[in-house]
Amino acid sequence: MTLLQARGLVKSYGPTPALRGVDLEVAEGEILAVTGPSGCGKSTLLHCLSGILRPDAGEVLYGGQRLDTRSEADRSRLRRTDFGVLFQFGQLVPELTAAENVALPLLLAGQGRREARAAALTWLERLDVADVADARPGEMSGGQQQRCAAARALVTEPRVLFADEPTGALDALAGERLLACLTRTAHERHTSIVLITHDASVAAYADREITLRDGAVDPTGLGADIAPAPTGGRR
Amino acid sequence: MSTAAHVLLALLAAGPMHGYDLKKAHDQRLPQAKPIAFGQVYGTLGRLERDGLVEKRGQSREGGPDRTEFAITDTGREKLRTWLETIETPAPYISSTLLAKVVVALLVDGAGQARDYLTAQRRAHTARLRELTAVKTDPASSPGDVIAADYAIAHLDADLRWLRTTLERVADLHREVRS
Ligand SMILES: Nc1ncnc2c1ncn2[C@@H]1O[C@H](COP(=O)(O)OP(=O)(O)OP(=O)(O)O)[C@@H](O)[C@H]1O
Ligand SMILES: [Mg+2]
Repeated sequence: MTLLQARGLVKSYGPTPALRGVDLEVAEGEILAVTGPSGCGKSTLLHCLSGILRPDAGEVLYGGQRLDTRSEADRSRLRRTDFGVLFQFGQLVPELTAAENVALPLLLAGQGRREARAAALTWLERLDVADVADARPGEMSGGQQQRCAAARALVTEPRVLFADEPTGALDALAGERLLACLTRTAHERHTSIVLITHDASVAAYADREITLRDGAVDPTGLGADIAPAPTGGRR
Repeated sequence: MSTAAHVLLALLAAGPMHGYDLKKAHDQRLPQAKPIAFGQVYGTLGRLERDGLVEKRGQSREGGPDRTEFAITDTGREKLRTWLETIETPAPYISSTLLAKVVVALLVDGAGQARDYLTAQRRAHTARLRELTAVKTDPASSPGDVIAADYAIAHLDADLRWLRTTLERVADLHREVRS
């Protein structure tokens, strides 16, 4: 079932066109990789899909409903309840510990302190960083910070996770652990993931891959015809 | 001496084995490699014995090659150690079928043909990359599977990076030729 859909997305920054009519669909529980050269519009696309930016033309549908025409307040509420966002660099709150950072979205959503902390610890554990639960970002390695940020993005159990180069700052094994956790989450909890990367070996974790080129889906690129991997017990 | 011969020597370093068990152990240890044929096992063992690197041990009355146990000799251990201590020369010559095809496509048919080939090759490489990534994320995969998949993925990834860059370069060429 299609959960997220874009139709004819167009977006410019002043005179600079970033998206020139992008169509795509993301099914429930699907991991869609978006690849393409630097500057082709990947991050802009992610911002439009997640409701951070409003497209100049075209539409974004979430669960069959227009997303881009909703008010700013509505969209930011949706981002808190249904979406998770993960960037290349963690963007944790420096004054808070790892556990407090991860619990934060739950506290903002009105959950009790104890429950929020318990959920935070569970997710830190899943991402293999339970040992730094009481450390502040300044006392963690980049890879640990990134995995905390992933825990924070997932703790609300979003229906869609938007990840922009999530492994860009990690070494191979740390990246692999993060990707393994993301794919497990997608397949067990039916979380959809839009995974932006310029790395083919990262895109290979996705169920499907599209390539952007000059702000549009490249028809000669790797499109919907690349089937999910036939082997393995991922589903 | 071939890599397979060294792998057989290494397996015998853990204790004497029959040819049949050696074949099984080889395929189990190198799960993503091409399985070794029985003929190759016995052929290799014959050469290793001739060179004094293995010796027959506890041959049973029935005879027959599959009844014979082989053991590594001291010379064999020394040979194995030397092999492990020798650094492989990193890619002394640049030769690859992928590269040759792009060069030939450019020579014969120009940028259009090269671009079509590169696009198709990239798809095939990506499909294989996905299969191997699935092996890695499969909880049932053994450490041997994962290490072998890592090795293949790193090489495919390098090829893919080159394919992508070459595709960009060829697209520029194509534009130049047409204008
Ligand atoms: N805030 C902005 N103001 C002006 N131009 C922008 C802005 N953000 C992006 N752009 C331009 O829009 C185009 C698309 O940028 P975008 O960040 O979406 O690319 P990208 O594919 O994410 O690139 P990268 O792989 O380098 O992150 C580029 O030409 C970029 O220069
Ligand atoms: Mg970007």
